[in-house]
Amino acid sequence: MSIDKTPSIGLQKASGLFRRQIFIPLAALIVLILFNLIADPSFFEISYGTNSAGNPVLSGYLITILDNASELAILAIGMTLVTAASGGQDISVGAAIAISGSVVLRVLCGDNPRPDEMQASILTAFLISCVVSMLFGAFNGTLVAYFNIQPMIATLILYTAGRSIAAWINNNRLPIISDPSFGYFGTFIPGIPIPTPIFIAIICMAIIALVLKFTTLGLYAQSVGINPNSAKLNGINPAFIKFITYVIMGLCVAVAGFIKVTRFSTINYSVVALDIEMDAILAVALGGNALSGGKFSMVSSILGAYVIQFLTTTLFKFNVSSSALPAYKAVVVIVLVVLSAPTVRETLKKAWNRLRAGSPARKEA
Amino acid sequence: MKIGINRERRLAPMSDTNLLLMITIIVFFAMYLAAMVFIGRGFLRVQTFFNILNENAALIILSCGMSIVMITGGIDISVGKLTALICMSAAVNLDYHGGSVLTAILLSLAIGIAFGIVQGYLVAYLDIQPFIVSLAGMFFAKGMTTIVNSTQFNVQNEAFVALKNTRIYIPFLGSVNRRGVFVPAYVEIGVIVAIVTVIALFVILRWTKLGRSFYAVGGNPQSANMLGINVRRTRFLSHLLCSFLAGIGGFVYFLHVGSGAPSHATGAEMNAIASSIIGGTMLTGGVGNIAGTFFGVLSLATIKNIVSLLGLDDAWWTNITVAIMICIFLVVQSVVLLRKRK
Repeated sequence: MSIDKTPSIGLQKASGLFRRQIFIPLAALIVLILFNLIADPSFFEISYGTNSAGNPVLSGYLITILDNASELAILAIGMTLVTAASGGQDISVGAAIAISGSVVLRVLCGDNPRPDEMQASILTAFLISCVVSMLFGAFNGTLVAYFNIQPMIATLILYTAGRSIAAWINNNRLPIISDPSFGYFGTFIPGIPIPTPIFIAIICMAIIALVLKFTTLGLYAQSVGINPNSAKLNGINPAFIKFITYVIMGLCVAVAGFIKVTRFSTINYSVVALDIEMDAILAVALGGNALSGGKFSMVSSILGAYVIQFLTTTLFKFNVSSSALPAYKAVVVIVLVVLSAPTVRETLKKAWNRLRAGSPARKEA
Repeated sequence: MKIGINRERRLAPMSDTNLLLMITIIVFFAMYLAAMVFIGRGFLRVQTFFNILNENAALIILSCGMSIVMITGGIDISVGKLTALICMSAAVNLDYHGGSVLTAILLSLAIGIAFGIVQGYLVAYLDIQPFIVSLAGMFFAKGMTTIVNSTQFNVQNEAFVALKNTRIYIPFLGSVNRRGVFVPAYVEIGVIVAIVTVIALFVILRWTKLGRSFYAVGGNPQSANMLGINVRRTRFLSHLLCSFLAGIGGFVYFLHVGSGAPSHATGAEMNAIASSIIGGTMLTGGVGNIAGTFFGVLSLATIKNIVSLLGLDDAWWTNITVAIMICIFLVVQSVVLLRKRK
């Protein structure tokens, strides 16, 4: 019942917002916040302490959410562009993260899986993994843009092979980097109490905000997604735009993969970022973007990513076991998408109008 | 053979569906013959072929369902986890709740139909994207499997084990082993179910009103609507049929492995999609053929067998080879179709 009421609360506060795309993830976030506020306000406490390495750190569920959602938010950026331009989704991102993480470790470790000191600078390793990831992105992009293969199917190739390639890059060994400075990127930089991934995510968002503001990428991606033929008649090269979004996706994957490996300073090919592609696609869908391409809202997608992480953390807090978690997540997702479905929204709107028309009359009587 | 008849009947260029089907069939036979000639050993035995069928009976059924949804223009990525849920539920029903084989079958089908009704309703009548709906279905099935039971266990129920071990011997086919004894080839019950399913669906898709409306809706929903086809109902039925087939496929899978585990049928949905694609079904809808899907599954399984027989049985080689094969198929298909359009 409380679920039915939420759109009405949103309506009361800002009826204009109801039509906006960002309404869906925002409403979901508000519901989650309210739910936590009622169930246990201590959810929002943030404490200041020191971790095992003696660094000052902030801890609390909110920090955990912001920290853990970083990769997802970064992936959501790439996924939104890919979805908008090509009208399909890249399902290979989880496998591609395994590859990019594996490349980072391979460059840093060389042939010795337990090096005492790193063989190359972290920046070099990161840049090389960016190049490799962008090449894989270009591979996906070529299949989608120039061979006209449906995105989900084209990326199925890398989805199948990705984790195997990642294992092959490191000869199936699991390198571990003992240098603490490597871990700074995934955990905390000494002296700064906020987890580093949050900063990385913010930098990525700032870059994409600038790109969308000062270049025509967003506009071109939308026009290609809405109608490739008319985009072509207007002098846009649809194939190239699709291709470039996949390359950008590759870059996002490299950053996300870098965060993933620096969190633990090692990698497990078969489980790292498992099913993260599903969460990333979900973030795009929760953001109210049409998965068939066209118009998109980057802010909504990123907010969607945080909503998903908020939900996951909330469920963990209520002692839902990690293996049973997907079932609860599914129920919430279904409720959200049903509420945001056009037909349901139409019905709710009519009911709301009837209610509003009816209530003054009742007051007068 | 079918293609030949078509060609004689109308000399017009082949439809996309038939062209892609022909490529698949040719590639499958070429691959199998090449394996027989160059690898020999196992591939010369008839049983190897039937083992491929035994291993993949469930996948054939799942892929058929997937093809139908894809022909109608949707997608269902929940079937793999649904299979795991069905295995676990049937296993728990048999061993912990004193169920019989019949109740286990009914339970499997009921779970499939329940998923189909919910997903079909959400997709067809509430206009929610099929990918998202089945993604939620996948999450739900994944979570429910561990809620039903979180550990793997083998089913001990006698009637079930007897059914599981039932082998149907094929007359006149078989091979002579080293001691000179004739060993007849056999298939499991699941294979019979799979083949009946393939034939039934082939007939439905080709000669019934429902089957043709699947193609019409997938090809162009607007014109299908103008032809008087109930688009929503057709979409609903395609998802219902897919999940129902996942119910059958889930039980066949259960019959093959004889255990319940959360890790069962991992990636089956992607294998089913890959098989459908190799079989010439297109994700954009309106193009596809059940016979192609059948050969798609066989091609995928054959390539896996070849890789493992070549001694490259590190898990990563199988995945990489399969990926390369999907890649080649996709590129060939797209090049052929692009050239035809021009």
